[in-house]
Amino acid sequence: MQRVGVFVCWCGSNIAGTVDVKAVAEALKNEPGVVFSTDYQYMCSQAGQDMIINAVKEHNLTGIVVCSCSPRMHEATFRKTAAAAGLNPYMVEIANIREQCSWVHKDMALGTEKAIILGKAAVAKVNLNAPLTPGQSPVTKRALVIGGGIAGIQTALDIADAGFEVDIVEKKPTIGGKMAQLDKTFPTLDCAACILTPKMVDVAQNDKIRIFSYSEVAEVKGFVGNFDVTIKKNARYVKEDICTGCGACVEKCPMKKNPNEFNLGMDNRPAIYIPFAQAVPKVATIDPNACNMLKNGKCGVCARICTAGAIDYTQKDEYIEEKYGAIVVATGFNPISMDKFDEFAYNQSKDVITSLEFERLTNAAGPTAGHLERPSDGRSPKTIVFVQCVGSRCDACAEKGKEYCSKICCMYTAKHAMLVRDKYPETEVYVFYIDVRTPGKNFDEFYRRAVEEYGVKYVKGMVGKVVPEGDKLKVQASDLLANKQLHIDADLVVLAAAIEPDKSARPLATMLTASMDTNDFFTEAHPKLRPVESPTAGVFLSGACQGPKDIPETVSQASAAAAKVIGLLAKDKLTGNPCIAHSDELMCNGCSSCANVCPYGAITYEDKEFRMPDRTTKVRRVASVNPAVCQGCGACTVACPSGAMDLKGFANLQIMAEVDAICK
Amino acid sequence: MQVNEYKPLIVAFCCNWCSYAGADLAGNNRLAYPADVKIIRVPCSCRVNPTFILRAFQRGADGVIICGCHPGDCHYTSGNYYTRRRMAALFSMLDFLGIEKERTRLEWVSAAEGAKFAATMNDFVQTVASLGENKRLEDLRCKK
Amino acid sequence: MQKITREQLIAKASELLSNGTVSQVLGWGKGEFDYDVTPTLFSSAEELENGFVFNDFCGANFSKYLVSKAAKADGKLLVFLKPCDTYSFNQLLTEHRFDREKVYAVGIPCEGMADISKVKAISGDGIASINADGDNLVVTTLYEDAPITIATKDVLAERCINCKSKKHVAYDELMGEEGEVLASNRFDEVARLEAMTADERFAFWQNELSRCIRCNACRDACPACTCEKCVFDNPNSGVENKSPANEFEEKLFHIIRAYHVAGRCTDCGECSRVCPQNIPLHLLNRKFIKDINEFYGEYQAGEEVDSRAPLVNYTTEDLEPGEVFDRGDNNA
Repeated sequence: MQRVGVFVCWCGSNIAGTVDVKAVAEALKNEPGVVFSTDYQYMCSQAGQDMIINAVKEHNLTGIVVCSCSPRMHEATFRKTAAAAGLNPYMVEIANIREQCSWVHKDMALGTEKAIILGKAAVAKVNLNAPLTPGQSPVTKRALVIGGGIAGIQTALDIADAGFEVDIVEKKPTIGGKMAQLDKTFPTLDCAACILTPKMVDVAQNDKIRIFSYSEVAEVKGFVGNFDVTIKKNARYVKEDICTGCGACVEKCPMKKNPNEFNLGMDNRPAIYIPFAQAVPKVATIDPNACNMLKNGKCGVCARICTAGAIDYTQKDEYIEEKYGAIVVATGFNPISMDKFDEFAYNQSKDVITSLEFERLTNAAGPTAGHLERPSDGRSPKTIVFVQCVGSRCDACAEKGKEYCSKICCMYTAKHAMLVRDKYPETEVYVFYIDVRTPGKNFDEFYRRAVEEYGVKYVKGMVGKVVPEGDKLKVQASDLLANKQLHIDADLVVLAAAIEPDKSARPLATMLTASMDTNDFFTEAHPKLRPVESPTAGVFLSGACQGPKDIPETVSQASAAAAKVIGLLAKDKLTGNPCIAHSDELMCNGCSSCANVCPYGAITYEDKEFRMPDRTTKVRRVASVNPAVCQGCGACTVACPSGAMDLKGFANLQIMAEVDAICK
Repeated sequence: MQVNEYKPLIVAFCCNWCSYAGADLAGNNRLAYPADVKIIRVPCSCRVNPTFILRAFQRGADGVIICGCHPGDCHYTSGNYYTRRRMAALFSMLDFLGIEKERTRLEWVSAAEGAKFAATMNDFVQTVASLGENKRLEDLRCKK
Repeated sequence: MQKITREQLIAKASELLSNGTVSQVLGWGKGEFDYDVTPTLFSSAEELENGFVFNDFCGANFSKYLVSKAAKADGKLLVFLKPCDTYSFNQLLTEHRFDREKVYAVGIPCEGMADISKVKAISGDGIASINADGDNLVVTTLYEDAPITIATKDVLAERCINCKSKKHVAYDELMGEEGEVLASNRFDEVARLEAMTADERFAFWQNELSRCIRCNACRDACPACTCEKCVFDNPNSGVENKSPANEFEEKLFHIIRAYHVAGRCTDCGECSRVCPQNIPLHLLNRKFIKDINEFYGEYQAGEEVDSRAPLVNYTTEDLEPGEVFDRGDNNA
């Protein structure tokens, strides 16, 4: 029999306000095994924890029940407390009487009654707890960063700086990501390329970092510290190690009319191309859908012109297997498609563009060499209307837009408006907004400058319709503050499109067994306390794959993720989760049901010799669980007909004891 | 509070990663649901053995609800897909034996769906309450 | 009347024993009564001649015995398998429950076996002897002077009336003609129950299951119930229980038992055959099979070795448990 101590937390008034904590402590005194029961204002405080430690010593406790907030909040805390008191940390059970009781029930009598029952269930469970010791596994001291935007770049540089090897997998032919496409950055207005490209060069030159560009992750196996990753290097038909990036092939390629992705299709590129001048790696790539040689074997100009002999039309996709200890997801974002937003005439007029297209239009390296020209006729626009929240904060229209705020649009729109007024002071600039959100260092000052110094006309209200008429765009909008309808003849309309996670994120999450929210943003292990970790051990989150972020935030998160990775890779051995499956081989039938359902391949079979009651021996096939691979889901325990497979920490008897305690 | 008001006993099995977190979120947002709901935390909905459900009924539960991550979102990749098949088979069998099908339910509640968790529990408690006490599957021997 | 005779089977077994192919024979042995047939191990032609029987009551499915007997046999074990037995044979192989190398399987044709309770319903109790005579059974009883003649087809077991297959899915050697997979009406009774109201179904099952005496015969005969240790015998399982304390207990036992074999049950019908209380336990298994067929596509356990049972499998598009009841065939 255990000697159980019960500790009921008030959580200030959070619990004590709706639950009679004294009554709970009193009632639980009578439960089997309970030898001590008390209550305290804040169990998680140092004083509260000391109280537990003292009680363990004083009453020779073997098990602890804390009736407090969610175990997701403080289970780890109280396990450490138990360890400090000399107990096995897994001799602790938490009764969640805050999130699942005091906060959701208003009636004191009902709340108290339920808290007592939850406490009884925890006592019943802890009575069946056994000390658990986590297994240990080695750590491969190398990290994989998926995505080579500013987030991935920063994470990789920081990890490499700490002395660990890092591989970056980038699906585009070059690293750089969205930031490489930007013109200037808010709120300082320094040019994006000027601050990004040196970092890209740092990556290229760092001997700890390898770049797999034009590549993607094909398969992930294994677990924290021991991931086995298959990287698919797509055939670019150019030998990366030989190509010097001279660009002669790009100039001579006859297939010149292919939409240039880097400029969002606003100009063309040849079939063989280098995305931009500062690309890393600066290596040409052949677009197999555009290249005549690859399509029908007629051409071969690039191979003839290349003095280095880098062109290889026979190149095949290559699969590379690598081992990693940690994986960082930095898959970033994309603006959403404007196809469903017919009211803004995006697909009807070339002069309705997205903000990212606007970045390219004003970028000195863009399709217009930085001159602000209308895509339709090249004239400089005299009236520009910026529309914010296109697809963001979409409540009623959630099926075409996003419910969340895309966070970066207010600031970049202010930047765009300001830059237009700065360079072309005669241009009239309107910005339509729902709210202007400018929390961030020097952000509000920046926005006010746009309004006060640069005379950008901010109008609170949404644009209802944009109708192309002649060479004008008729913009119908409402001014909510003046309570009137506005009709503006604009030359250019710029839509601040909502941003969404990259489409590659969802299949990647499945491979990583990392969870995502309904918007396909990766879920963090804790929204406040573990914001750069995925709940899946060994998988870390960097940048906008976790939620909309601007550059400074992305870089901070990237460095934070790197710090977490470095902390992991610095360890020689990892301590695992001891709540894993195990098979009682005396009862195991060897039927393979468990192995069929195991998502991790953690179960293998061996033929084992058993001594039978009649002194004969019998060889039977029995299951064995690899403790380093098992993640403790318990699928096998239900698939097992004989009940030989059980889960430590969530054993059949423990859960049934909880059921009994709740139902009695 | 009326003394004689019938209060159903509801056992909710919630997976640690989504639904238990969803229940916590309902708490964080103070979204009320009846105290009749008692939650048991399991690592994954696929840990819920049909035996546990029958046991709860045997010991006097009036309704049992299993909550897991949405299909495709299982922390363990596929656990909830097995849960879905197992529960489809079990619930259909209970119905075949004449046990009211409304007493069992499987719901997908993500960590972000505190509101759905509270709404689901409100609805389930109401449904079970309208059926009254679980006479058919309860073990009188164990009922005090 | 079976198409194959006792003498043919003994001759085959003796031949395989004498040429060393097998060292033992698993066959039907003489019991106390003519209808009482016991699975028995034979090691010689003499033992076969003295104890081996083959008649219309040889329903026992021997597959299950292979789990314990095959491992112990010195050489190979000869087993006679009716078509329905071969499905269990394959299912046990799928679950690695016996060593195929230790078994020599002879498939035999089957014309359906008789149900003794149906015979007794006609003849009355006190059966002294039953002998096959062409398509009839001739029954003598202690209470009737004249022998009673009953048409075999009138006393066929339910599972044989609804036979799903006369085709053997596994054997080393086949005696007689190979049959075919049949279109059976075996799910009709399940469908009839499904069409009832929940109250009617509850009443039906309460009536049936309340007769259970928890003798465990269903479990002990079931070729899917081959666990090294059954959860109901294991004090650490949390559900260990033998006494039928009340009606619920039986349900818990039978629900869990049916669930444990769901997707693995070949519908051989042994559970109902051996039930001394004549509870139609096979209906529980058939309900699972019918559901699985309807929800996840046709699946016959044991049809192929190494097929993956539906409950240890999934697709991302599976229907939700709630949708199970919205399928229109269920008015409860």
